[in-house]
Formats: sequence, structure tokens, C-alpha cells
Amino acid sequence: MSAQAKARSEGGGAPSSEIPQLAYERELIERIRRGERELFAELIRPYERRVYVTALAILQNDADAQEVAQEAILKAFAHLNQFRGEARFSTWLTRVTINEARMRRRKQHHEIMKPFNELESEDDEGQFVPQDFADWREIPSEELERKEVRDLLVKALAMLADKYREVFVLRDIQHLSIEETAEAIGITPGTVKTRLLRARLMLRESLAPGLGGIWSRPLAFEKGTKPWT
Amino acid sequence: MDLKCEQVWLLISDYVDGEVAAPVRAEMDRHLLTCTRCTAVLAGTKNLVQLYGDERMFSVPLDFSPALHRRLSQQTRPERGAAFTWALSLAGAGLAAAAMLLFSLPRFQQPTLLAPMSQPALRVPVANLVVVSDDGKTFHVPGCTYIHGKSRMIPVEEAMKEGYNPCIRCEADLIHRTAKSRSAQEIRAVDADEAGSGD
Repeated sequence: MSAQAKARSEGGGAPSSEIPQLAYERELIERIRRGERELFAELIRPYERRVYVTALAILQNDADAQEVAQEAILKAFAHLNQFRGEARFSTWLTRVTINEARMRRRKQHHEIMKPFNELESEDDEGQFVPQDFADWREIPSEELERKEVRDLLVKALAMLADKYREVFVLRDIQHLSIEETAEAIGITPGTVKTRLLRARLMLRESLAPGLGGIWSRPLAFEKGTKPWT
Repeated sequence: MDLKCEQVWLLISDYVDGEVAAPVRAEMDRHLLTCTRCTAVLAGTKNLVQLYGDERMFSVPLDFSPALHRRLSQQTRPERGAAFTWALSLAGAGLAAAAMLLFSLPRFQQPTLLAPMSQPALRVPVANLVVVSDDGKTFHVPGCTYIHGKSRMIPVEEAMKEGYNPCIRCEADLIHRTAKSRSAQEIRAVDADEAGSGD
């Protein structure tokens, strides 16, 4: 098991290296509540990327994501007194961001075209059965330097239904634990695991070469080529 | 216990996260040794977790952070103390009261002008008596041909307070005549001076 996977598998428990950071955050929050409002910028600085990426994953649009991320952070500042300290500040901030992004999405009636998997089944309990068993040729991380590879992965992610994408983004992109993901979204850890499994299998299926592979469609690649060959 | 492919797929996500109990994991490893389908699913899942988890996957726009902190600095400016706010409010209320008192004095009161384009008759001598009529909205110099209806004579100041405006015809005539008579007086005075000095 990798160190990252180990840290993540520890659930809500904070690794020892994170404890000073959490204590510092608590101190900052107390000082902000006592009137040192300008310290809020320091409090949220480590989470700016997380807030933006979470908003982007839900809204699929850079301009909206920037705006919603800013709104979420300002809202967190305005309602800091409601943060009880039962969860981590980062988890609470993520929840605020998700709510803000969902509200924006509802306003925009963004769900005109339903993603393919949402049409198949709305049921979390139903098992997703892989259909493509072609050999997965490993995509080296270095390929992420190429914009077309990133675009392909982003498009595949966008095809997931919102409920799967939210779990996948928090867990596999933001590296939140199962418990933190559950708390941020407001579902049980069991549901997080079920949705995560389906999200990963569906993504693998859509990215796998062959049957149903999305690069069989003319996306960013030359006909008959793979980005990593 | 021999695991079936369907059972392996159900556990594949936990397997990648290292959350499968050791005995089950051993069973899965045994299955994966011989099953190419499950090996493909596992390899793909591991790879996409690695790819999407990479920081290079999503980059934050360069202008996001500066724009955010600009907005934050506006919102997080230190609040003034409660005492300061109270003092500021009291001072504001005091100023407003003083202004109201000052402008309620008679010298600041302007008569309400009835016509929207009318101007107060500032150049008409205040001691002059003018003619007003109950039907009209203007005051006139006695003898003006534009006086209609039942009329009465009142001082200019009073006519203005009652809301009458100067008649543009006779007021102009009055001012003209006043200026003319002043010039005539001045000419006579100069002539008298010259005559006196000539003696």
C-alpha cells in the first residue's frame, strides 16, 4: 500500500504531521472570531485549489467555477461562527463549496443532457458490470503534461453523473478520506464507497481502449491513435 | 474459497485503496494471477486513480488567487469599535438636526412658485405695492393691462409669500422704467454739479 493510500485509508484520523496544522487552524479561527478578520486570508490559502477544483468538477465551466469558489470562500467567512469544529475546517469549507456549486447548477438548469450512466441506472446499489476487458496500457503520469490528455480525462469525468463525480473528485482528486467525503457531501461512508466503486469502474470503462472507449470517437486525437502511444 | 470475477469487481475499489482484509486480499491476488479480465480492470482502475490524483491534472487559473484576495481584503477590513459607530451616528444626527433648524428660519424659506419655470422676483423692490387678483398666479405693477378679475394691492414680499410670481410683462417694464428714471436723475445731478462749478 502506498503512503498516500495508507494515509487516506486511515479515515478521519489526522496523520501526526497534520496535527500542528490543525492546531494552527483552530488558533487562527479563534483569532478571527475575536476580531482579527484579516487572518481569514491566511486560513483559506492552503485550500484555494481545493475549493476551485471542487467547484470546477461540479460546474464544468471555468468562469462559473472561479465565481462560485470566490462566493463560497466569502460565505465561509461570513458564517465562520457557524463552524463548530466538529469536522475539519477544510471539510466544512468543501461542504460550503459543494452547496454553493449545486445552487448555481440548479439555477442554470445545467442538466439538460443527462450523462450516459445516469440514464442507465439511478440505483446506487446496482452493480456496474465492466464490458471492456482489453489490456489497459498504462498511461504514464508524464502524459499529463499534454493538454489533450488532460482534456480527454476531463471530458470522461464530465460524463459521470453528478453524484458519482462529486464523490470521485473529493476522494481521488482532493484526496479526502471516506469519512470526510461522506461528511462534505452529506451521505453515509457506505454510500461513498458504493459510488466511488461505480465512478472508478465507469471511468475506466470510458477510458479503456475498445468497446465504448471514448477515444473511438474523434476527440482530440488523430484517427486510430492513443495519446500515449 | 474461489472468488468469481463479479466478486472481485465489487472489491476492486477497496483493493486499490488498501482497505480489503488480508485473507480476502490473498484470495483476490490468487484470482488475479489467472484472470486477464480482472487484471485489466484492476490495472485500469489503479492507473486512473493515479492520473486523476496528480496535481497537474487540474491547474488553478493564475488570476484566481489575486482576484479572490482582492475581494477578501474588502470584506475582512477590521471593523470599527461599537463606540466609534455610536459617536459617528450621533454626530450625523446632530448635523442633520442643525441643518433642519437652520433652514426652518424665515430667511431661508422660499415661497412656493406655482409655475415650474418661474423665478422669484428678486429685482422688484420689496417695499413696492403690487396688484394681485384671486384668479391669477402673478402680481402686477398698478396699471398693468394684464390684470384680470377682482384685484387687491399688497406689498411685493407678501405677494411672493402667498405664492404669486411676477408678471413678466409689467415687471420688465417696471425695471426698465426704474433704470430710466435713475439715469435721468443721475444726468440731472451731473448737470447741477457742472452748473455749480461753472459759477
